[in-house]
Amino acid sequence: MHKLSKAALACNGLGRCFITEKHVSAVKIIRRGLVCAEHGDDSGKNDVYDVIISGGGMVGSAMACSLGMDPNLMGKKILLLEAGNKKVMDKVPDIYSTRVSSISPGSATLLSGIGAWEHITEMRCKPYKRMQVWDACSDALITFDKENLQDEMAYIVENDIVVAALTKQLHSLSDNVQVKYRSKVVKYRWPMPHHTADSIPWVQVTLASGQTLQTKLLIGADGPNSMVRRELGIPTVKWNYDQSAVVAVLHLSEPTENNVAWQRFLPTGPIAMLPLSDTESSLVWSTSHRLAEELLELDEESFVDAINSAFWNNENQSELIETAGSLFRGALSTIMPSAGSPRQLPPSVAGIGPKTRVMFPLGMGHASEYIRHRVALIGDAAHRVHPLAGQGANLGFGDVASLTQLLSQAAFNGKDLGAMQHLLEYETERQRHNLPMMAAIDLMKRLYSTNSVPVVLLRTLGLQATNMLPALKEQIIAFASK
Amino acid sequence: MYSNKFSRLVLGLYGRKRSSVCGAVQSAAGRSGFSWTAVCKQRSLRLQRSSCPEVQHHALSSQISTRSASQTTVDPDEVRRFQSLASKWWDEQGEFAALHAMNDLRVPFIRDNLLNVHRARHPGKPLAGLRILDVGCGGGLLTEPLGRLGANVLGIDPVEDSICTAQLHASYDPDLRDCVSYQACTLEELSAEGEEEQGAGHFDAVVASEVVEHLADLETFAFCCSHVVKPGGSLFITTINKTNLSYALGIVVAEQLLRIVPSGTHDWEKFISPVELERLLESNGFSVQSVQGMLYNPVSGAWSWTNSTAINYALHAVKLRDDPQPDQAEESSPHPEDHTAATHS
Repeated sequence: MHKLSKAALACNGLGRCFITEKHVSAVKIIRRGLVCAEHGDDSGKNDVYDVIISGGGMVGSAMACSLGMDPNLMGKKILLLEAGNKKVMDKVPDIYSTRVSSISPGSATLLSGIGAWEHITEMRCKPYKRMQVWDACSDALITFDKENLQDEMAYIVENDIVVAALTKQLHSLSDNVQVKYRSKVVKYRWPMPHHTADSIPWVQVTLASGQTLQTKLLIGADGPNSMVRRELGIPTVKWNYDQSAVVAVLHLSEPTENNVAWQRFLPTGPIAMLPLSDTESSLVWSTSHRLAEELLELDEESFVDAINSAFWNNENQSELIETAGSLFRGALSTIMPSAGSPRQLPPSVAGIGPKTRVMFPLGMGHASEYIRHRVALIGDAAHRVHPLAGQGANLGFGDVASLTQLLSQAAFNGKDLGAMQHLLEYETERQRHNLPMMAAIDLMKRLYSTNSVPVVLLRTLGLQATNMLPALKEQIIAFASK
Repeated sequence: MYSNKFSRLVLGLYGRKRSSVCGAVQSAAGRSGFSWTAVCKQRSLRLQRSSCPEVQHHALSSQISTRSASQTTVDPDEVRRFQSLASKWWDEQGEFAALHAMNDLRVPFIRDNLLNVHRARHPGKPLAGLRILDVGCGGGLLTEPLGRLGANVLGIDPVEDSICTAQLHASYDPDLRDCVSYQACTLEELSAEGEEEQGAGHFDAVVASEVVEHLADLETFAFCCSHVVKPGGSLFITTINKTNLSYALGIVVAEQLLRIVPSGTHDWEKFISPVELERLLESNGFSVQSVQGMLYNPVSGAWSWTNSTAINYALHAVKLRDDPQPDQAEESSPHPEDHTAATHS
């Protein structure tokens, strides 16, 4: 028995000159179990990573930086796998990218904690101090702002800029975090929950190059169509909204302060104008697939007209709701004269950036589990939301902050990073935050996808009442800024 | 229900250890299985030998030679048995769930107390550079976390099956290979061995978690601890108190009323109160720094610190520096008590 364990150790590189012919059969038995992954690749016997992150998008890269900078995780072997090329940005491109994210103050704190926010502000980002949301079917509106426009509500940052900043930061962390660009995962092999004779206790990741890596913890940050999630067979609650988003870079007709994010709910879906600079904004127009295709085919001038009329047109308003809404508003303002804020008008659009019109389908999805033995899902791999609240990236960064903190604590307590206990804590903590947020976003989407009178009346009154209650609005902002 | 679970817990640890040993003996009758009682009996003999190194050395080497002679072929059944044992020890929700959960208290307890003494900062490996001895390590449940914190840990346990399990489990993790090692022996053997080889007192800390309630001769235990730990080094003990409450839950409820464990499994007489333990340690050159009560919640499966030491408690003691001959550890008997202990037994 003693010899046997020695043989096992020998296989793994501890004992060396132990294996005599007598033991060969035993060695074979164990080899099959312990070291089958080591066949036919150049991964050394010590190639067990502590953490492998699959997917180097915004959330995956942020996760890698965040783990690489944590003092308690110093010395851990961390690897980031990204299928694409390394995205270095020596110079900020003149043309704005169409894919932008709203970065909440909470996410900005995380990014500045890992040193990437500095790079982002050096490149470019646009803070906004106010958000106005209103209804195409009534005059009801709600505005969100922070203490008389003193603080930023959030920032509009191009996704490319976030990734470039994180890439730069990862480069400076190359001692702590290894990054493999252009590496595509072709296969995952999951460990059994408990040790059995012929299994490796780690997650095995096979790359397209044929290399097999082993890791104690795999973090799936591979987007809404996550391969990690699919291979694990984690059920996902999801539906398509039968909507597509049309995005574009808009040129405003005249320079303004441009520090308001505008969003109007049309019966076909919400249209949003997010500030990029004094003269440019980003468009996110969610609408039916058919309409989206039409919008994409319009010539530039008609497209601009369509945008302007979407923000300004009142043809969907009915008199009944108009009257009821203004009566209710009048009643509320007599009770609380100071509350609420005046309506502002969005800037008009003069043109669009060349070749910036793109569309993509929208959907909603939520993985029923974020974790499995030695695996955790973060970002869109775990949850995908409608862009109407600008929360997609923030939920992902929230996952990063939570998982980093729990892994750091686990490491300081000498735990196996892939152990279930702290992963379960991660799942509970994040689902407690993400689920209400997703439910609220989905409800908003549904509430505003109709122009049937009772629903419109209900949401008109609801929105107006909410607009008059600063305490409630503060709660909403606080929840969304995490 | 509650009391059932609770008493199971109080008794569980001993019951488990015992059953694993018994299992080993039954399934491998005739082979080199150990049992605690056998160990306890042998202990006094060994101790006598320890004053006579040559005899012991001979005994050990003969043991080794017989073992290797009888095990030139590997029995595949043994591989399986091993693995099933490993999965038992390392199943976080299984039989040893309470021990796994206890790591949430005992690892920070050991880490923070050691960090208070050893101020050097090693980010990521807070215990780097420290040598720790884990007495009664079992499957290595506490040994591995300490190793991951950077300490150089030696786990010892007289139950050979447990040591093999621990070795196998640690062998998968390349980070642990350099930090963690195991040896199937008793503390007395190690203490005696130390005199011949590296010299006594070379551990920065000795950990005996959920062990002392199973020992027959605490006096010897305390003496050996003091022998292997460096002057100024720490001793960490977690165990069960000797109170009416632990008697009621442990012996009366679990053994006689509910029969969760066979009658006679536990010897309440072997439990020790913090005061008694403190006195024992102080007479062996230790100064007790802190004693903290621990409470297990059988519903949530989590441990928490408590002010009451009525059931489980953790103790931290430091070996006093004004040791008579701290540097001349090579000597066969650095302590005057050595002779007394040897002759008494």
